[in-house]
Amino acid sequence: MNTTASLLEVENLWVRFRTATGTVDAVRGVSFSLGRERLGLVGESGSGKSQTGRAILGLTAGNGRISADHIRFDGLDLARAGDREMRKIRGARISMIMQDPRYSLNPVIRVGEQIAEAYRVHTGAGRWEARRRAIEMLDRVRIRDAEKVANLYPHEVSGGMGQRIMIAMMLIPDPDILIADEPTSALDVTVRLQVLAILDDMVRERGMGLIFISHDLNLVASFCDRVLVMYGGQIMETLDASRLHEAEHPYTRGLLGCLPDLRSNADLAVMRRDPAWLAPVGGPRPGSTP
Amino acid sequence: MADRQSEETGGAASRPFPPAIFTKIFRPVFTVVLTFRGLTAITFIIGRVMPADPVLAIVGDRASRDVYEATYIQLGLDKPLLEQYRIYLTNVLSGEFGKSIMTTRDVLDDLIRFFPATLELATVATLAGIFIGVPMGVLAAVNQGRWIDHLVRVIGLFGYSVPIFWLGMVTLLIFYGWLGWLPGPGRLDVFYDGIVEPDTGIILLDAAMQGEWEIFRNALHHLVMPASILATFALAYIARMTRSFMLDQLNQEYVLTARVKGLSPLAVIWRHAFRNVLVQLITIIGLTYASLLEGSVLTETIFAWPGIGQYITTSLFNADMNAVIGGTVVVGICFVGINLISDGLYRLADPRAR
Amino acid sequence: MAEMSPQETATPSRARAWLLSSAPQSVMQARCQRLYLSARAFSHNPIAMAGLLIILTLLFVAALAPLITSGDGTSQVLRDRLLPPGAAHWFGTDQLGRDIFDRIIWGSRITLYIVTLVAVIVVPVGLLIGTVAGYLGGWVDAILMRITDIFLAFPRLILALAFVSALGPGLENAVLAIALTTWSPFARIARAETLTIRNAEHIFAARSQGASTARILLHHVTPLCLSSVIVRLTLDMAGIILTAAGLGFLGLGAQPPLPEWGAMISDGRQYLLDQWWVPTVPGVAILIVSMGFNLLGDGLRDVLDPRSGVG
Repeated sequence: MNTTASLLEVENLWVRFRTATGTVDAVRGVSFSLGRERLGLVGESGSGKSQTGRAILGLTAGNGRISADHIRFDGLDLARAGDREMRKIRGARISMIMQDPRYSLNPVIRVGEQIAEAYRVHTGAGRWEARRRAIEMLDRVRIRDAEKVANLYPHEVSGGMGQRIMIAMMLIPDPDILIADEPTSALDVTVRLQVLAILDDMVRERGMGLIFISHDLNLVASFCDRVLVMYGGQIMETLDASRLHEAEHPYTRGLLGCLPDLRSNADLAVMRRDPAWLAPVGGPRPGSTP
Repeated sequence: MADRQSEETGGAASRPFPPAIFTKIFRPVFTVVLTFRGLTAITFIIGRVMPADPVLAIVGDRASRDVYEATYIQLGLDKPLLEQYRIYLTNVLSGEFGKSIMTTRDVLDDLIRFFPATLELATVATLAGIFIGVPMGVLAAVNQGRWIDHLVRVIGLFGYSVPIFWLGMVTLLIFYGWLGWLPGPGRLDVFYDGIVEPDTGIILLDAAMQGEWEIFRNALHHLVMPASILATFALAYIARMTRSFMLDQLNQEYVLTARVKGLSPLAVIWRHAFRNVLVQLITIIGLTYASLLEGSVLTETIFAWPGIGQYITTSLFNADMNAVIGGTVVVGICFVGINLISDGLYRLADPRAR
Repeated sequence: MAEMSPQETATPSRARAWLLSSAPQSVMQARCQRLYLSARAFSHNPIAMAGLLIILTLLFVAALAPLITSGDGTSQVLRDRLLPPGAAHWFGTDQLGRDIFDRIIWGSRITLYIVTLVAVIVVPVGLLIGTVAGYLGGWVDAILMRITDIFLAFPRLILALAFVSALGPGLENAVLAIALTTWSPFARIARAETLTIRNAEHIFAARSQGASTARILLHHVTPLCLSSVIVRLTLDMAGIILTAAGLGFLGLGAQPPLPEWGAMISDGRQYLLDQWWVPTVPGVAILIVSMGFNLLGDGLRDVLDPRSGVG
């Protein structure tokens, strides 16, 4: 797999929220690049990993502001793209899978229609063509009896099937990059591996770039090529997944150490956080706000 | 043997009890029956138990001794209360509300004559409320916190706060009294009265079916003001609920999914969020319609609209208890009926409730 | 307020920091924070403040009625019939030569009397039925909620009409009739709140300490239902005022010569075309007061229910 040519380059990304109690910087000067590889984004809840994913798509919630030196994708700067331009990117070029299919699928629309819609938006295909494609896609994510499932409503399918439907929906326009935000943490342990395997196959087969967001360091290590460890809205360190055990940063070691190990009787370590880890960054550069 | 038995019991236990079909069909029916019972019980108490002398309330104080005695026996006031209620219930079920002392006709006949006018008024007002209120609510939610949201909010609060009988008077003063743009009280100008046959009792329908377009126009003109006044509340309520449902839906994750797919804001709002809002709106529209049927009492008084509300209030002043109770029961039945229908529609519209 | 911790008296910025700290150190601090944030959100909400202002003015005017007015609003000066608004009579006079301004001011007392009385009846009844149903569950719940549903499914105004017509017209009967048709939503709300807190730890703790059901309901459940009940009550106030005015307009509420606003509209109805101010002024009064309650309720809900709050 060619990982050198970069698909996406993020430089000094900030996401700032205004709340009743003041402003909160969820992402503070994050920079990284993504090739046709599987990149893991790991951290505790609140570390800014999900907000990083959303900011790339320009889908930060209403009270949030994104700013960056640039988010370069295919000659475009997503940090400065207008909404119309972003709509051409979303779904078609960069797509995203959310955590829980119970909430991320529209409850009153049949799943087949929802998948077909994702295809029609960007191709302008007819109703029947889109439906045929949707069923084909359901087949590809190993759903048996795809015709029948296409006619079901989201509440009639299981969590694992829902997430496969979600994958089908997000991959049907054939995007270059997929952001998967905790795609398996709402699923039963038994179907997790199955969904991961499907995701893995699809990504490999299409040579896509994948950003895999998770709090589970070991899962990410086994699934991804490269891992970014985030804390407090910043990247602590970047590691090759195969060399995770060589991690030096105390936070990464802490994340590794807080998992129980059946083979040892040692007490679980309690995460120790140190404010000094956070680099003293000034803030987004003036004028970089779109 | 033991195995098979446990398997059997296991199978039986996994089947829900009572069966789904039972809860779906019989639950609402059960609720309706119960509500109807409650309705008749309360009207019975109001009509027969609370007045110091129910006979006097029905026959009036000018009635002769014989009439009084006859009514006393007819009402069964010599019997115990529960027995009286049973008789009353049977009467209501067979449409026997007694005679009206005001019109000297059967109360049921009166109600059938007066009801269509109310139905016409409330229906037009509800439709106006839906077609203006829903887009207003959606617009407000989508532009939350901006001036249009505040405008819709203020209009909504106005509709909630204004005494509609007063608003009716003021609009009559302005559009009829000062400007002369719209006709005054009543359903038709006097010289059009009695030309169309009251097939349905709804003048707009009757005139249209009989090709009397001039009368249709006149009836429509007469309808504009009372229907707008009545619609004020409907509009306020529907706009407000639509806004709040829409805000709720816009925060759902499937809306984010729709945006990730690259849909335009219009498609996200109308194709995704609004479909979910619509499901919830069914109940609200049902409630509005029902409340307009009864809310027309005051509007009908102002606009001399010969509907059921006016019938009830005039009966009230003539101490015509049979008519008042009859009218109350009929409006109550409409309430229960509309609730049942909107519940059914909701089940049809929401796949999760089917 | 006397029990506020010492930090409160520190410099404003420290007090602010204490109030805004993301990790409150005590229950007291957490409570103060909530109160402070709510009050701040409330005072930044122009709609809510407008409502509060209207209601405060109403209370003020009602309390000071004898000082503001020149009479009790019932004295007739037939010589001064139907005078237009002017310096002597700000809002003009009615068909019996009574000063409309005075009548409006005195009428505010009647309005307050009605809403207060209805609230005093409806809130305890609703709370009692709702909390008992929610807390005890089972068949008690089933029966009480059936009854509540029956009242909810009723045409309220018509029922009130029938009720008043049976009891006879009058202010107290109107209040009773309105109360009868208003209590059911409160029972629903109280039950819903009770269901969510029934199994909370502190309820369980109180029960295991041997607190009686009545005590738990009164001391632990009811206080937690209050905020949603108050919001609902504020929003319902306008409805109560409008229904009362409607009954008054139909001649079933307050009886003459009481200056009830709805009855004043009804009395002035025939003068609409020539002396428009007679029925118009009381209508505006009703509109402003019920608007005030609606604005206040809306603002309160924004503050107390974060889901509907602005961004």
